[in-house]
Amino acid sequence: MVDNNKFIVSHAPFWHDGSRISTRNYNMALAALPAILLGIIYYGMSAVGVVSLSISSAIIWEFIFCRITKHSVTVGDGNAAIIGMIFGMLLPATAPWWLVIIGTFVAIIIGKQIYGGIGAYPFNPVVVAMAILMISWKDIFDFNEALINYDLDFAMVYPLAAMKHFGVSAVDSFSMGDLLMGKQSGGIGSTFGLGLIAGGSYLIIRGIIRWEIALSFLVGVFITALIFNMTDPASYAGPAVHLFAGYTLIGAFFLATEDSSSPVNFIPMLIYGAGTGFLTVLIRNIGVYVDGVIFAILIMNLVNPLLDKIRPKAIGKVA
Amino acid sequence: MIKRSFIGLLKPRLEYGSLADTPSLKQIPTPKEITLLSNCPFDKKNLLFKKKETVKTGQKLLLYKESDEYFVSSVTGQVSSISSYTGDFGRSYTAITIVVADDEEIDDEFKDISKDSSLETIKNFLAFAPGNPPVKLFSDKDKPINTIVVCCNNSDLLIATNQYIVKSDIDAIKNGISILKAATNVKDIIMVASQNQMHELSAIGEKVKQVNDTYPSALPHLIMKNILGMVVPAGKNPEDIGVCFISAEAVASIGNAFNSGQLPVTKTFTLVNKDGSKTLVSARIGTPASDIFTALNITLNENDRIIFGGPMTGSSVYSEDHPVQPDTDAILVQDKGDIPVISDYPCTNCGDCIRVCPANIQVGMLVRLLEGGHYEEAADQYDLYSCIECGLCSYVCVSGMPIFQYIRSAKYELGRANTAEATNG
Repeated sequence: MVDNNKFIVSHAPFWHDGSRISTRNYNMALAALPAILLGIIYYGMSAVGVVSLSISSAIIWEFIFCRITKHSVTVGDGNAAIIGMIFGMLLPATAPWWLVIIGTFVAIIIGKQIYGGIGAYPFNPVVVAMAILMISWKDIFDFNEALINYDLDFAMVYPLAAMKHFGVSAVDSFSMGDLLMGKQSGGIGSTFGLGLIAGGSYLIIRGIIRWEIALSFLVGVFITALIFNMTDPASYAGPAVHLFAGYTLIGAFFLATEDSSSPVNFIPMLIYGAGTGFLTVLIRNIGVYVDGVIFAILIMNLVNPLLDKIRPKAIGKVA
Repeated sequence: MIKRSFIGLLKPRLEYGSLADTPSLKQIPTPKEITLLSNCPFDKKNLLFKKKETVKTGQKLLLYKESDEYFVSSVTGQVSSISSYTGDFGRSYTAITIVVADDEEIDDEFKDISKDSSLETIKNFLAFAPGNPPVKLFSDKDKPINTIVVCCNNSDLLIATNQYIVKSDIDAIKNGISILKAATNVKDIIMVASQNQMHELSAIGEKVKQVNDTYPSALPHLIMKNILGMVVPAGKNPEDIGVCFISAEAVASIGNAFNSGQLPVTKTFTLVNKDGSKTLVSARIGTPASDIFTALNITLNENDRIIFGGPMTGSSVYSEDHPVQPDTDAILVQDKGDIPVISDYPCTNCGDCIRVCPANIQVGMLVRLLEGGHYEEAADQYDLYSCIECGLCSYVCVSGMPIFQYIRSAKYELGRANTAEATNG
């Protein structure tokens, strides 16, 4: 029999569950959308501008880097887009264009690509970029000052800054409902608590982010804030403000859960999440910075490889 | 192909199918030519028979001088070629092609010997029987066997071969078990089966244990751990700690051989078509796959895939003429549109493989070491030898990495290095 057909010969398994990096990233973008939409409703076209510039410049940096290093262009996997998107969500609507472009440069080139690209970076690129920018251009990230020209139907106050500078009584006016509905000053996509929780829950259900990290982060914030609050209610705010103000929710669902820089085993995930929550409140309450999420995640990213050494015993292992 | 569910939080649920009724068996007519693969390297000088030698159905032929390797011809005809064949991971075989004659003659050497169902007879005549009875394990003096596990369902997905044998030939299994018991002196026989087989198997009167209906519960290492409560040490096989696995079909082959006085030469297997429909097929051992496709009206196109074995652990072949072997439990045909893409993307540390691994291996770290070729480190620190080879890590990999292949080739390379060290001192 003449055998003309050529067959595909490859190795087992011959099935795949169909999951892909691009699907994950596009789902993440979908989950981030509600929070961004509310930011756009509040801050108008300038918010659209910042987020769009952030996404597009991140993609362009990725493209340029792939071209220069003669790698295959990895823009299509959506990773650069999602880095740009989350970075844009953290910025105030008034962020100047050059800041956005520098930020995505730091995130994509310094945070991601020089370590070897997707999967190889030790720190969450968005967090690296934010940390560098927050230290370099402090004033732009002073949300009270940055958003001073906006007159919306709620008090244009950044709760964490108010708390730091004027004490607990300054945040008394914030009800939990207001905080959840984004009636506070802050980053474009980081104030709409309800939207972030909905997006995060979607990602958890789809199995795209690890619930252990998000949940233990929030629990860590809650417990640490509660302890501070109980020891001295006059100087330290209660857990509700810490949970729903600043970058806590976006940090819990979109930053701390980033695949490459977080642990994968059960106990390490809990330690990592709780540690990040603990450090966040610590920095907020007794550190010099207004918000601690960015630095807390950065520190815990550093410990991640060490944490992941705590692992279950493989079957049949003798030693 | 079973895709990831919308709720990705849950582990993938890959269920072994079950046979509700006894399906009809499709008999493939004896082909014009068959090829038998014997599990030993080709060695032209020491061959004991030549081309043109005529063989009868069920005739046992020793292959080489000073070796007890043999094969059993499944047809009557003339040997047309003897050559070397290289399979996966460089395993070498001797391929014997036989042109089938018009009239079939049954060899009668076994008929007289079959009155004595001793271990020696089983070892000398049934190694090539359908289902591949592990005859060498029974007589290995260094590793005494004290438990025999009869697998009544197949370990990989989609395959219904052993289930069919249980439904259609339970008497042969019963007979085979009593012969094995007497010959090996092993008292402890455990049958493992899925829930819906429990009733049928209770008639045999041996211990029956139920295996979970999700993959990979029916893999030997997991049966050992979950059903027998014995953990196989990393890098060892069940027989190293006294447990021998044998398929229901192999037991039935033994039963039938001694009952009829003829060596069984037809292999039953599951054929899974492109649309996932299953047919149970019976063909002479050595029948080329192309004859089976013709008989079942299956057309193959360029860039399709033919898989011998199941979707998770089988191996794909490059030729339509690849023959059915005693251990071929399934042939899968995959349309080119259904073939998943393997990519060169790196691991993104999503952790899906680690959560799905039944052996608790840190697959993410392991695969990083394997990609860099650090095999020894992978074995020492990241449990390479604990892998029970289920293939789930590759199945769930978001990056589409060939993780399972990395693991298997690492084991192979390490094995080669160790052999070289041992021979060179």
